[in-house]
Amino acid sequence: MRHLTATALLLAGSMWVTGNAVAQQKEILIGSQCDRTGPTQITGTVFCPAVQDYVNLINSKGGIGGYKIRVDEIDNNYQVPAAIEGYERHKQMGEVSDIIWGTPQAQALNPRLVADKIPGTSPGFGSAAAANGAKYPYLFPVAATYWSQAAAAVKFVKDKLGGDLKGKKLAYIYYDNPAGTEPLPILKALQESEGFELRTFAVPPPGVEMSAQVLDIAQRYRPDFVLAHLFGRSPSVAMKELKRSGYPLSKVLGFVWASSEADIAAAGGFGAVQGYHTMQFAGVGSDYPVLNEIKAMYQKEGKPPPKEMETSVYYNRGILDVALHIEAVRHALELTGGKPPTGADVKKGFEMIQGFSLGGLVPPLQVTPTDHEGGGWVQIFQVKGDGLVKETEWFQGYRDLVLRTVNAAS
Amino acid sequence: MFYREAGVFKTSYAADMAMMPLPNTRWAAVALGVLFIGIAPAVCDEYTLSVLNLILIAVVGAIGLNILVGYTDQVSIGHGAFMSVGAYTAAHLITQLNAPFWIAVPAGGLMSAAIGTLVGIPSLRIKGLYLAIATLAAQLIIEWTINHVPWVSGGTQSTIQVGPPSVFGTPLTSAWQMYLFLMFFVILAMVGTQNLIRSRIGRAFIAIRDQDIAAEIIGINIFHYKLWAFAISSFYAGVTGVLYTYYLGIANYEQFQLDVSINFLAMVIIGGLGSTLGPVFGAIFVTLLPIVTRRVLESAGGLFFSASDLSAVIPSLRLAIFGGLIIFFLVVEPEGLNRLWRNIRNYFRLWPFSY
Repeated sequence: MRHLTATALLLAGSMWVTGNAVAQQKEILIGSQCDRTGPTQITGTVFCPAVQDYVNLINSKGGIGGYKIRVDEIDNNYQVPAAIEGYERHKQMGEVSDIIWGTPQAQALNPRLVADKIPGTSPGFGSAAAANGAKYPYLFPVAATYWSQAAAAVKFVKDKLGGDLKGKKLAYIYYDNPAGTEPLPILKALQESEGFELRTFAVPPPGVEMSAQVLDIAQRYRPDFVLAHLFGRSPSVAMKELKRSGYPLSKVLGFVWASSEADIAAAGGFGAVQGYHTMQFAGVGSDYPVLNEIKAMYQKEGKPPPKEMETSVYYNRGILDVALHIEAVRHALELTGGKPPTGADVKKGFEMIQGFSLGGLVPPLQVTPTDHEGGGWVQIFQVKGDGLVKETEWFQGYRDLVLRTVNAAS
Repeated sequence: MFYREAGVFKTSYAADMAMMPLPNTRWAAVALGVLFIGIAPAVCDEYTLSVLNLILIAVVGAIGLNILVGYTDQVSIGHGAFMSVGAYTAAHLITQLNAPFWIAVPAGGLMSAAIGTLVGIPSLRIKGLYLAIATLAAQLIIEWTINHVPWVSGGTQSTIQVGPPSVFGTPLTSAWQMYLFLMFFVILAMVGTQNLIRSRIGRAFIAIRDQDIAAEIIGINIFHYKLWAFAISSFYAGVTGVLYTYYLGIANYEQFQLDVSINFLAMVIIGGLGSTLGPVFGAIFVTLLPIVTRRVLESAGGLFFSASDLSAVIPSLRLAIFGGLIIFFLVVEPEGLNRLWRNIRNYFRLWPFSY
């Protein structure tokens, strides 16, 4: 009745109530935010179906500890008010953890997560300082933050250039927004300790016009390596422009959001960007047992495997994100002895994650109460032939420097 | 039925100049006040309140933009940036000087008004689309400045965290407290605008809107009043930014980008230009429509799509329905939802003897 009165105040319509049905017994709810229609739809249209597929797979195997997992998805359109509304809806439905989508959204939800004791994940985006579990108790980056990505990038380039960066020239081309400028402190610190030359090239939003910057890089500065930290449509533009100006793509490394098959397709396909290096926080390709299980699940229903799987970079990241949630729920159930876990239990569950590799799709994470990033692992894949070929195993770059920066910040 | 002017005799100047001259209006205002201040926060659950809070914040911004667009006929697509000016000003005051809300809110508004006045200067020489582009420049310049000046943005992430506002020493943490806090500013904004429009300044705004050359001829200093319009309107925008900051707990310019400016313009136009109630309707419409269409699709969509397709279809269909409904309402009533409401009211005024 309480609810009905409230509804009448807003607008007539019973649909309000049906959507809010309280979570059933023996069911654990994970709220999922998604962007299938906004500026990051290139990721969302693949990431979110992967989340659903993995949950269906877990449920088809009987769920976790006798509980079915339910994921309720809302589309936040990469807007903060929509993210707040979606979060409040999931909270009311009784979610135990939240899959956040978007850097400003993660920032805006953080105070609420703390107040409501609901853990949320922001893999590969959000604030790098959130790796500090003491300062951000309910925010879990769970994948390499921009600081770890920058450190790993420099380490990769160092190995690539023969183990010494002294006197070498690096270019950093980045999308000119907070996420794009965030790695700068790490790069500057490494510039001093490693003794390389660094020049930065900002690409103003919306990031589709960078011919001047690329020309500057390729013709004037002529660096030994280019690090590209770009989002949305801009990675494909960067690849095309660098190629046109004659700079070898085998000396370019894209950060995690400049690294998917979709970007490569937009730049003209694998044939056009041979040699381009990509950074990944989840395994790439379809050769993982969990993906085969999902294919088998579809086959049993008489359906072909989902077409989203072809964009394996984002698909596998979706799997990684939700799989870590479910792993945290599993640990939380161990803690509660089978009773329905609360958000605080799942938070502790997240902090117990280790040795969970999902056949190599997930890095050797070790999430602890102080390190919510889990180590900041990445892999580098290179465009070779008509696919992405693994170049390195999971590795961390300058972990002590990253941790020092994390602790000094926030 | 709703309104009866007959039998209302005004015997003093005060009665004639009252904001609500008809007893019916006063009773309706009291009833709405009881409903939204007394009953709503008590019976609504937390989720409903959170949606109401988003609407309340949008109402303040839309009312402010309406002063500029609806009453003075000057376009601004820089209001998102003016909100961020207010948000960062307040965030710095709160975090560095521990300012209470009754300083932070007006300070954010005043800073935004100062910037808005500066941006309004070209309005003396250019109109319409040209002015729109000039204000677009302001939007981009302000975004760039916040992103690149660390002492404004507060660090590389351009995010400043603030705590909840305190009233008489009590931090407002729960949804209903926040609701009443925001409602206070909505009422202030509505009463303020209603009175502003009936004042010398408001009449000058309307004269400029209706025919600026004629207004100049009868002695209205156009430059002066256009800048006033920009100042007052961006003051509201700044306050909106501060309210967002308090509500979300952070100031971050990425939530005040160009699409926000356009969203607020949409609210004002859908609601009805040049009325106090129009932006309220517009803010409710624009905030609630995506939520309601999603609810409808979630409960009815199962008839047409399988569960797994549904989650992919809803976001896209929702946008299409949202756009379609905006076109529908503007075709039905080009003067906005407020006009629609007045038509309904006028119909029932004569009902059942309409002719």
